[in-house]
Amino acid sequence: MCTTCGCSSDEPANMAQPGLQAKPLSVAGPPQKQFHLLERDVLQKNHHDAAHNRQHFEKSDVLAINLVSSPGSGKTTLLEKTILALKDEISFYVIEGDQQTMLDANRIEATGAPVIQINTGKGCHLDAAMVHEALHTMQPARHSILMIENVGNLVCPALFDLGEKYRVVTMSVTEGDDKPLKYPNMFESADICVINKVDLLPYVDFNLEKSKEHALRVNHKLKFFELSATKGDGMANWLNWLRLEHAGIPV
Amino acid sequence: MHELSIALSIVEIAEEEVKKAGGTQVEQIVLEIGSLASIEEEALAFAWQEAVKQTVLEKAIYVIQNTAGRAVCLACKREFELSFMYDLCPFCGDFRKELMQGKELRIKSLIII
Repeated sequence: MCTTCGCSSDEPANMAQPGLQAKPLSVAGPPQKQFHLLERDVLQKNHHDAAHNRQHFEKSDVLAINLVSSPGSGKTTLLEKTILALKDEISFYVIEGDQQTMLDANRIEATGAPVIQINTGKGCHLDAAMVHEALHTMQPARHSILMIENVGNLVCPALFDLGEKYRVVTMSVTEGDDKPLKYPNMFESADICVINKVDLLPYVDFNLEKSKEHALRVNHKLKFFELSATKGDGMANWLNWLRLEHAGIPV
Repeated sequence: MHELSIALSIVEIAEEEVKKAGGTQVEQIVLEIGSLASIEEEALAFAWQEAVKQTVLEKAIYVIQNTAGRAVCLACKREFELSFMYDLCPFCGDFRKELMQGKELRIKSLIII
């Protein structure tokens, strides 16, 4: 490699003398240093796997949704209530991501929806390859909804596209209304923001308008649903949105 | 700590590139990390030590090039630098913006020996 400019060439140099045919020059020496300009995205493999999943979902008309949030925001309850409310109209399939245990998968199984639990062990997020593998075990039927409940973590899952159509971030009113400012990447990468546990608003110091303002500052395209998965307030709008998306009617 | 997955992905790419180049190890690796990429450099340094053991990157020096965040305001159409994802347009105060730069997470170059 040229130490001045860092250029490198795999082509052997050619030496020519008038009257003689040019011959490649080979010089034996210490191992060559090679400079490689790569510009490769570190997450390239995940992007590739996610694109593959996305293509598969589109081809089989499966609406894939990636549910993300901090632990305890009520994702699993929202999922249970959603499936129970819509199961006569829509087939649901669920992938559950947790570091340990089958607890969430057992709760979902009780709703009657097919479910696969992925335990990430020390891992803090699902990636597209894990979802791909789960799809080989559980093949969602055509025209169904696949709910992927990610590991409860507002940081790491933000970086890993799973091939979903929509990323839904849930925050609950028992958390601070500054969550979107503290964990901007998750809110920036989401399409929908569910504000859960609104039935507790009278008892907590959570400013609903402020929380939305904060979320919009990191992502002005976010669409909000304010609801209480346990009490049912606001669930109708969320369920209706799912119905329309499932029917392929853009909202 | 997603930095471990990130470090492992970097190792995987480096192994592949070294094999392709017919080399044995990496002397230097340059990473480009955007300031809004959600990568904690200290956490990456910690994960790095574990991830590179017995790989082509074990003895590599790694250099990080930071890329500042840049966005274009959707209201006044002016470009500005941002330190945080939630920054407002410094010209007109609007919150609507399109990120142009700052989420990079790339291996820029390798020196393979």
